[in-house]
Amino acid sequence: MSWINLRELAKKRSLFTSGHRLCAGCAAGIIGRLVMHSVPDPKHVVVVHATGCWEVAGTIFPYTAWAVPWIHNAFENAAATASGVELAFKALKDKGVVKKVPDIIVFGGDGGTVDIGLQSLSGAIERGHNFLYVLYDNNAYMNTGIQRSGATPRYAWTTTSQVGKVIPGKLEARKPIANIIAAHGNAYVATASPAYWRDLMEKARKGIEYKGPAFIHAISPCCRGWRFPPNMTIRVAKLAVETCAFPLWEYDPETREYKLSPPSLAIAKNPKLKKPIEEYLKLQGRFAHLFKPEKREDLIARIQEDVDKEWNQLLELCGIT
Amino acid sequence: MMLALNGDEAVAYAVKQSNVDVIAAFPITPQTIIVEKLSEYVANGELKAYYACAESEHSAISMIVGASAAGARTFTATSANGLALMHEILYIVSSLRLPVVMAIVNRALSGPINIHTDHGDSMAERDACWIQIYCEDAQEAYDTVIQAFRIGENHKVLLPVMVMLDGFLISHTTQNVDVLEDEKVSNFVKHRIPAEIEVFGKKVPLTLNPENEVPLTFGPLDLWDYYFEHKRQQEDAMEKSREVIRKVHDEYAKISGRSYGNGFIETYNMDSAEYAFICLSSTAGTVKSLIDKLISKGDDKLGLVRIRTFRPFPYEELPKALEGVKGVAVLDRSGAFGAMGGPVYNEVRSALYDSDVHPFINGYIYGLGGRDMTMEMLKSIYDDLVETVKSGKPKRKIEFVGVRE
Repeated sequence: MSWINLRELAKKRSLFTSGHRLCAGCAAGIIGRLVMHSVPDPKHVVVVHATGCWEVAGTIFPYTAWAVPWIHNAFENAAATASGVELAFKALKDKGVVKKVPDIIVFGGDGGTVDIGLQSLSGAIERGHNFLYVLYDNNAYMNTGIQRSGATPRYAWTTTSQVGKVIPGKLEARKPIANIIAAHGNAYVATASPAYWRDLMEKARKGIEYKGPAFIHAISPCCRGWRFPPNMTIRVAKLAVETCAFPLWEYDPETREYKLSPPSLAIAKNPKLKKPIEEYLKLQGRFAHLFKPEKREDLIARIQEDVDKEWNQLLELCGIT
Repeated sequence: MMLALNGDEAVAYAVKQSNVDVIAAFPITPQTIIVEKLSEYVANGELKAYYACAESEHSAISMIVGASAAGARTFTATSANGLALMHEILYIVSSLRLPVVMAIVNRALSGPINIHTDHGDSMAERDACWIQIYCEDAQEAYDTVIQAFRIGENHKVLLPVMVMLDGFLISHTTQNVDVLEDEKVSNFVKHRIPAEIEVFGKKVPLTLNPENEVPLTFGPLDLWDYYFEHKRQQEDAMEKSREVIRKVHDEYAKISGRSYGNGFIETYNMDSAEYAFICLSSTAGTVKSLIDKLISKGDDKLGLVRIRTFRPFPYEELPKALEGVKGVAVLDRSGAFGAMGGPVYNEVRSALYDSDVHPFINGYIYGLGGRDMTMEMLKSIYDDLVETVKSGKPKRKIEFVGVRE
């Protein structure tokens, strides 16, 4: 019997409360609430936040939407900050100042994780601190107004990878951040989508309970930046999984094994379920230039090729051939 | 107890005795010995703290932010480029009012790359709202690190403290350092007691501890409607730190028998002085030797005012110390490109402007990248100063000492 019971969950107080100023339809808030609902003991948790839209939307002095101790330091150092929090509580526990070391959860966007914060994150993972780092990946620097990041997918429009007569959006593929973190070898790693909320919560709980660094890469569709109506967030988050643009998997540092999660495993078992990438792209205005004024079959095919290659590589990692 | 320690070892020894909880650092010459010694102390159980090897100075100070906000007593150390890499976070440390202690082993900033001493690194951080204390030798570095915890953690202050010592000249030269007994230091610094704030009518320790009655948010967005007040509070804390720096210095003098002037400035032969040198750190030792030599030859007209506490700046103490002096030579060990002289020169002139003390003030920039400052060079500065005063015309131009033009 799972610890996740909707009826019980509905009664639980949210640790990321209402009153925040996230956009309607923002996936980050959904991911955050799911993760915070996965905390085993709401009285023993500290949240660390990298600079980003969620960080600024969750606080503005003298207000806060956080019902747990929370710290924001800077953009690129959330993992280092969390490392320090962990060491401090270990020291304070040794000296009897606190009863136990709290669970530490870090939230960072793709800019703060994949780009500017990668070194700090890698260092913290290597040092083996005990925290769960949740990357909410909205594929661009959304806080500053939709600029290209290392997590922006190929051919996506952003305000710094503009679509013009010569260049059709971002020319490069995204950085495989979850694989990079998994390559450290000592961290529990998982990908997650708010469309599969139970899967996300189970992974969050696993990450929190893992004695060592844990990393969840959650896709976080952004209606402002991806250009879709706010009521489509979960639909987009689901299509990302169904098209294998964002497959769901886990990496177990104990066995050093990759494992597909149920929604993606179903596709692996029955490849006919794998939807064409076009279905994911056509919902999003950031890919509109692939469909009009004329349909760019060549570019869509290139994206499909990226998806297929990454998917096949993942199947191989998971021992499915 | 007398130990033969170099400056870095003296700093590490003081940290070992100061009940520190978390140390995070990244190695950089000439700070390295400090972190090596601390690693050794933790490894052999002499220091019961958590020591983290950061993957950069930026992460070292970022870890310190997390640890200090959680309620721990924290220490880190760096030099030059490492300090520059920390720059962004230094302002966050002081704005979060975290009483972090950091030793800066002064080294010239790149470029060109250089490992030897000058004060360009810490001078670049003089507006970061850290208390800055410059030490003359290893003994003072030891004494000041111990004092720094008490100063920064005082609830009227709650500011980070930088303790400076000159790279190689002090960090790597061994001297006799009189260290106090462990118990004496422990009783002096005790353990960190976080300040309390009132939230919803409840007194809550200002930490991330989930066991607090009300959970606190650290580092929220803070715009035009509150940011200015928070900066004003930092300025207020800096002003309030003056009294605390003095008290801690005096209290420490009672347990150690050692004092450094009034904690802000230290004077040497100023009673009979008509001319004065103003400088920071180890150069003061050479100036004192020159003064002794001059006295032995019958000239007792040169004195020294060593600035120990640069932030908060001793603008009230300086005019008093310089009363009756005809000429002042301000020695800056850092460049000031495009400015009217180095930072010490500018601060000193500013401090005297509204006072009744108006000697001739010459500015001299020296010793960049570890260039030696010899007795001969100091003597030539003295001669130059006397000449300026006798000419009756202010120089209004910065001299560069010991450089090939």
